[in-house]
Amino acid sequence: MLVNALIHLKAIDWSILFLYFLFVLGVGVALKRGVRTSMDFFLSGRAMPAWIAGLAFMSANLGAQEVIGMAASGAKYGIATSHFYWVGAIPAMVFLAVFMMPFYYGSRARSVPEYLRMRFDEKTRGFNAISFCCMTIISSGISMYAMGLLLNLLLGWNFNVSMWVCAGIVLLYVRLGGLTSAIYNEVLQFFLIVFGFAPLVMLGLHDVGGWAGLQAGLAHVATSRGFAPGAWSESWRFMGRPAANPMGVEWFGMAMGLGFVLSFGYWCTDFLIIQRAMAAESMSAARRTPLVATLPKMLFPFLVIVPGMIAIALTQRGGSGFALPAKLDGSPNFDLVIPMMLGHYFPNGLLGLGLTALIASFMSGMAGNVTAFNTVWTNDIYQPYIKSDGSDQHYLWMGRSATVVGVVLSLGAAYLVSEFNNIMDVLQLVFAFINAPLFATFLLGMFWKRTNGHGAFVGLLAGTVAAAIHHGITLPGSAAAGIKGGWLALVHHYPSEMAQNFWTAIFAWSACFIVTILMSLATAPPDRKTLAGLVYSETPRIESQGVRWFEQPALLGACAIVAVVALNVVFW
Amino acid sequence: MQFDIRIPIGAMFSLIGALLVIYGWWANMPTVPGSGGLNVNAWWGGAMALFGVGMLALAQRARSLRTRGRGALTERRA
Repeated sequence: MLVNALIHLKAIDWSILFLYFLFVLGVGVALKRGVRTSMDFFLSGRAMPAWIAGLAFMSANLGAQEVIGMAASGAKYGIATSHFYWVGAIPAMVFLAVFMMPFYYGSRARSVPEYLRMRFDEKTRGFNAISFCCMTIISSGISMYAMGLLLNLLLGWNFNVSMWVCAGIVLLYVRLGGLTSAIYNEVLQFFLIVFGFAPLVMLGLHDVGGWAGLQAGLAHVATSRGFAPGAWSESWRFMGRPAANPMGVEWFGMAMGLGFVLSFGYWCTDFLIIQRAMAAESMSAARRTPLVATLPKMLFPFLVIVPGMIAIALTQRGGSGFALPAKLDGSPNFDLVIPMMLGHYFPNGLLGLGLTALIASFMSGMAGNVTAFNTVWTNDIYQPYIKSDGSDQHYLWMGRSATVVGVVLSLGAAYLVSEFNNIMDVLQLVFAFINAPLFATFLLGMFWKRTNGHGAFVGLLAGTVAAAIHHGITLPGSAAAGIKGGWLALVHHYPSEMAQNFWTAIFAWSACFIVTILMSLATAPPDRKTLAGLVYSETPRIESQGVRWFEQPALLGACAIVAVVALNVVFW
Repeated sequence: MQFDIRIPIGAMFSLIGALLVIYGWWANMPTVPGSGGLNVNAWWGGAMALFGVGMLALAQRARSLRTRGRGALTERRA
């Protein structure tokens, strides 16, 4: 399926790409000797300094959907996309570091599902572990499919070959060096992504006449779509009514749905990222891991959202020689914002660097999925349910094998997406329902000692059902009943899909929260002796005396909050 | 920790940076929009190489601090 490539590479671009491949593989090979136990493989022997774990924490989340998707949102919604960072990430990261890490790290659990078993019971862990594994494979498959498609469209590379080569490289380095290899490469990929996209922002901003020029350009974009001139360049001013901003959401749904339920649900419970903090060398380093990540996370909107804003301003202005290719239905293909901007601004040389950065973002996201999958599979499914009397070497072998199986299953999922798009949409929806209420379970589990296993399990089911029902009785915009919602009956219309998502999350969380409390009260309380180190009231406070100020999580967290409030105010 | 991650990062950025600088000087590139006539390959390559060398220097410093620390320890024991 060779198409006309949109970008043409030269020898220099290929050299940069191959150098990168060489280095990521080299890191894996060099780390192989150090992997002796399953603890080395799954949690880097808990030996990572905070800054390395922190950058990996940031980078594992920085998959391709992030880079491509956030630039697309930057074009579609403007600076309001920054809510996904300044509202939807930083507060939750600080909460994780200051309040939750003591229990995750202090319990010595090897994974998030394992924490659930220690705190609640086997059924809650099993439910979480199985759904997590399925979800990881699906999201990894979707991301691989997106990458294959993009490289094909962009460079004319064969869809199958580009997918298999990238997956093969990730497979090799993770299998060789385990989590350490993934983390080291995530740090390398992080710097590469920064250096690959930073010139794009500089050249683009300079080209459109700086921030003022960009604002002027975006005012045309906004007015031509029937919004106030500032709708693309001011993040909060138009959040009063859904109709006044291009996202179609109002501030309460934004703050509660995204800022609280979705963001805390992701950052505080998703093992893919928490695994990086669990690999830290000490409790103090584990708590600083998410805090180290807040700084780059806070600044990333400038790297990934601003290019999208520049792209839409250029498209609106016309005459710049920049245009977004159209999708089949004639609307502009926003997913191509970053690649088309690379082609527009970068000469050969930098082009190779930008493309390598793009591929690096795919690979860091994929490695995050693969390492989380092999750990949860081996520790939370294989060991308890299939073979519980194996030696440590046996589980190390299983971890390596699970890496291969995980990558192969992801490739399978990628082909499933390309053949049966609808099946994947349904699966994704189902797992979104399962995920939505999770944070309520952890919040109650960590801070209310009366919560018990029955409460947690039934609460999770109730939250999932509530999410499904809410989705089944509402519809966004003018969508028809079906995958977008309304498959039960039609009770309410939301102004946008995003608003519907936020409210689905709010309902799921509330249902889980209430049912967990009621069910826990109706059944026997957990044995206090089993709760030490797992619940706030049963755990001794961490001594902060004698700790240097720049190593105190609470203080660092407060700095991050102050900085993020300042950013919100500046771009209000 | 196995080896200092700053070594491969430093090496990779120095190499890519050097490649870009050489290519920027050697190849006659058309001016790209927004660059103001600047040779973007050479300048950005230089910045990357500088970052790479900085990383290598940090790794070197950490190494010498470690060996000096070990030396002090043996002295005390003697």
